[in-house]
Amino acid sequence: MNTASPLRKTIMYILLFIGVIFSIGPFYWMIVGATNPSGEVFNIPPNFLPGTHGWENLMNLNENVGIVRVMFNSLFITLTFTALSLVICSGAGYAFAKFKFKGRNAIFFMLLVAIMIPYHVTLIPLFQIFGNLGWLNEYQSVILPQLAYPFAIFLMRQNMQALPDSLLEASRVDGAGEFHIFFRVVLPVMRPALAAVAIFLFMFQWNNFIWPLVVLQSGDMYTLPVALSSLIGMSRIDYGQVMMGTTLSTLPIMIFFLLLQKQFISGILGGSVKE
Amino acid sequence: MSQSNANATSSVETSTSPNPQPKKERRKWITPRTAPYIFIAPAVLLFLIFTVYPVISSFLLSFQEGKAGNFSFVWFDNYIRLFQDKLFYKALGNTFIILLIQVPIQLFLAVIIATALNSKLIKMKSFFRIAYFMPAITALVAASIIFMILLDENYGLVNYLLSLIGVEPVGWLTDPFWSKVSLMLVITWRWTGYNMVIFLAGLQNIPASLYEAAEMDGASKLRQFFYITIPQLKPIFLFTFVLSTIGTLQLFDEPYILTDGGPNNATLTVTLYLYQNGFQYFDFGYASAIAYVLVLIIGVLSWLQMKVAGEDK
Repeated sequence: MNTASPLRKTIMYILLFIGVIFSIGPFYWMIVGATNPSGEVFNIPPNFLPGTHGWENLMNLNENVGIVRVMFNSLFITLTFTALSLVICSGAGYAFAKFKFKGRNAIFFMLLVAIMIPYHVTLIPLFQIFGNLGWLNEYQSVILPQLAYPFAIFLMRQNMQALPDSLLEASRVDGAGEFHIFFRVVLPVMRPALAAVAIFLFMFQWNNFIWPLVVLQSGDMYTLPVALSSLIGMSRIDYGQVMMGTTLSTLPIMIFFLLLQKQFISGILGGSVKE
Repeated sequence: MSQSNANATSSVETSTSPNPQPKKERRKWITPRTAPYIFIAPAVLLFLIFTVYPVISSFLLSFQEGKAGNFSFVWFDNYIRLFQDKLFYKALGNTFIILLIQVPIQLFLAVIIATALNSKLIKMKSFFRIAYFMPAITALVAASIIFMILLDENYGLVNYLLSLIGVEPVGWLTDPFWSKVSLMLVITWRWTGYNMVIFLAGLQNIPASLYEAAEMDGASKLRQFFYITIPQLKPIFLFTFVLSTIGTLQLFDEPYILTDGGPNNATLTVTLYLYQNGFQYFDFGYASAIAYVLVLIIGVLSWLQMKVAGEDK
């Protein structure tokens, strides 16, 4: 009963490999397109091997949407957002997990409700706020709205709860100030959780689309997803460039993922499955 | 206790004094009592400005009309208009069709793959896990663009491969029926691996003794799957179902890129309609009303799902 027949095993492997072709095939196709001459994306029979025109496509893409600037925008926005949000959310998570204070439960409940509320509800008022401030088309209007990311606060709280109270008490007895305890004692211990949440925040902002689409108005301020969407809105789409653009938006995060997949997955699971 | 009270009072004095002394004084107002408020203040402040205020403001806007700065209250006019708007019903209908067809397919696929990868028979588990999870890290915009090219009616790779086995070209993005299918295809591609990982984590929490006992009773693998695996995964099913429901109701990037809601509004979703009204026609009041109907739907569904979950426990 327990010994599987070789046939069943083979069928399982075949099905799993077909699944793999579906899930990573499109990426391979994207890289093939990015490295072949623009006109050849729709060749019949199609190209199945990477070509040598990657540089040319990249240059065309840079001429068209200023990809160097766009990459800088995306990186700058994402890194600033991740760093700030990490400090803000871990501070809040720490307060929720390790202190008893008036209003704690009420504020936490509000946060849980906020996770449910679709982000889209805030789009128009946010657009008005930043319009009134004269900040449409500015980096800070992309960075600010989601800094207090409810889900990240929630995750930090979950992780901080495992922190032993005795550790904090011992530091206090030693005369350490509260900030010192937070930055020098708590955060170093929490490094794995911080890494997971950082990856989560990074990915959210790197891939974020609807809000940058609304608030960024000129090509030199676009982030990668917005620049990509502007490319396919053109009357004549240059597919080599487009594929190069999607490759540039996907490849960094893919490499990142392959190096750090454990933290990646724990960041995305977010302790949600711990029973 | 009395000492921390003294500290709390002195904190008021210190913080109002214009020139706080370094170190010595600072230690007085950051006490274990005030610390939580200091740690939480930035998050709460940002949250009030960028979430709470907009949520309220958007609610008020939904009762107003005005396109260029001059707003006046029209009370329920936006909502009345919404309930007579055929296009809104179409968007709502599309969203629910996707919800009812795609979410079950995706969760079913995810649980099957997770079970296979959890089996002792399979080697190279981490390779498969990485491969299946890969789509979940891609930008939705990039994924949608790749599929837009793959699914091109005349020149796309998918139709070419189909032509090799004698299938006529399919209007993946130009036919109302197939464009919905395409949209679901892209969503399935993107999210199955994500849910698979969640199920995998859930499967690893099922005690092995349950399977050993069933094995001894001579239960087949299929029976074990339906009588042990599925019931044990119930909380995970609920969790992924809630996540997928909320995600589907907010679907925007894929239909915006893939078809821009077309053809003939077959792939128009609620959030895409919201975006069009808000940022293409600049009808902020009407768009806010759409947003609030969405909030209401998500609220009701979440409440229902929690109720179902609550009754089980």
